[in-house]
Amino acid sequence: MLPFPFDRDYMQLALAAGVVVGACAPLIGTFLVQRRLSLLGDGIGHLAFAGVAAGLLLGIWPVWAALAVAVAGALGLERLRSRGKASGDLALALFFYSGIAAGVVLVGLSDSFNAGLLTYLFGGILTVTRQDVLVVVGLGVVIVTAVAVCGRALFAVVLDEESSRVGGLPVDELNSLLAALTAVTVVAAMRVVGILLVAALMVLPVATAQVLARSFRATLYLSAVVGVVSVVVGLAAARIWGLAPGGTIVLVAAGAFGVTSVVFGRNHVRSGFLGG
Amino acid sequence: MTILSAEDVSFAYGDEVVLDSVSLTLDAGEFVALVGPNGSGKSTLLRVLLGLLRPTAGQVRVFGEDPRNLHDRWRVGYVPQRPNLAREVPASVEEVVAAGRLARSGWRSRMGAADRIAIDHALEAVALRDLRDRPVSELSGGQQQRSFIAKALASEPDLLILDEPVAGVDAESQKRFADSLTHLVDEHGAGVLLVSHEVGAVAHALDRVVVLKKKILFDGPPSELAGTGVRLGVEAADLPLWLEGLG
Repeated sequence: MLPFPFDRDYMQLALAAGVVVGACAPLIGTFLVQRRLSLLGDGIGHLAFAGVAAGLLLGIWPVWAALAVAVAGALGLERLRSRGKASGDLALALFFYSGIAAGVVLVGLSDSFNAGLLTYLFGGILTVTRQDVLVVVGLGVVIVTAVAVCGRALFAVVLDEESSRVGGLPVDELNSLLAALTAVTVVAAMRVVGILLVAALMVLPVATAQVLARSFRATLYLSAVVGVVSVVVGLAAARIWGLAPGGTIVLVAAGAFGVTSVVFGRNHVRSGFLGG
Repeated sequence: MTILSAEDVSFAYGDEVVLDSVSLTLDAGEFVALVGPNGSGKSTLLRVLLGLLRPTAGQVRVFGEDPRNLHDRWRVGYVPQRPNLAREVPASVEEVVAAGRLARSGWRSRMGAADRIAIDHALEAVALRDLRDRPVSELSGGQQQRSFIAKALASEPDLLILDEPVAGVDAESQKRFADSLTHLVDEHGAGVLLVSHEVGAVAHALDRVVVLKKKILFDGPPSELAGTGVRLGVEAADLPLWLEGLG
């Protein structure tokens, strides 16, 4: 059906899940970068790790457990930040370390430090099942729909929270939505690149896009394209040379940024490349 | 018609009193500057007037309503002090201005023809129409500030409140800034409250100057200020630049 290297069933499943994640992760990442919260995905990834461990311990499918813990943690983190109880990076550190510590303790209790856990930590895109793909597609639909409906308002809030509040936008709710969408993205992406690399797929394509784009909208779309291309090229390279796919996808995304920065330096960008 | 009023408003951060029985009004079509030395409570008063802070005593009314429960919030435009723009993501001037339109059109609705006209008008008012596709991060400080004024104008507000909008802005941008504010007052009958150290550029257009230092020290036309002997109680080096443009 598809040519090499996507001729096998497992590669086609990997491609389907990867394309969805490659497109969705940078969509959310663009808002996080604008808000200077590039590492939020990393922090929530550690909460997702605790969720995966809890799922293994309780016999619940780890993806659902990770989703519940990550969304709850993300909302808690946002609440802590918005109420001024802790600065953004302090709140992040608090959840970051608590999440990983809880995960380690739960893994110890369940005695399940096995290959299944490693696929969540380092990614296991070549082992995704049809059920995994359906879940990833479902989460992707949630992300794209939310951005399509609330994208302009989310942009207004990340641009200037205070004047958005004065203008009557539901700032607290939109901030919570962005935190929850970040958690959903992390859970969708953890099977593709792994919890440890999930933030990279949210941020690196955005870094590449911002070199070329001259508007927020162009950054949003271009980062999604870069994310998809990184996944496709990374998967192909992993199959051809027998590399770890999660790491290869992230290295491709990092390489894309390096090449783009060198080829399209600031002078090229200022002369106008991609508009709104 | 009074569109903004503060009656005996006080505010304290813990034991530190920042505002002490401040009373202030602003009418439609009136252009008022609120000035005072650093730490005089200007920004706190502004936040109380906007409903972002609850006064410890006294009452604020915006269009006759509590600003925290204002029904038509688009009627209040707000330009914050030096918006904190991330250089990492390029937002174009038009996108920034369009974000201000959400207060009027509703944050879930799609942009319509009336929204586009209002955005064009706002860009025209601050003379940034030619730069609408340019990333804001590539503009000068003055042009950036004008783009945020246009963002506030995009909702076609009846009351515009600006917090230190011309701090560190070049003379050309200050003139453009003054023109856009007088246009809003004269052509649209909006009320403007300008909180600033530097009102020299708009001194000729002001209806009143209000001098604040925890309390209101002066409230009247700029021409009367020089003869009142108002002292701001700060060292000469700290005196606000606006004094040079008054009288």
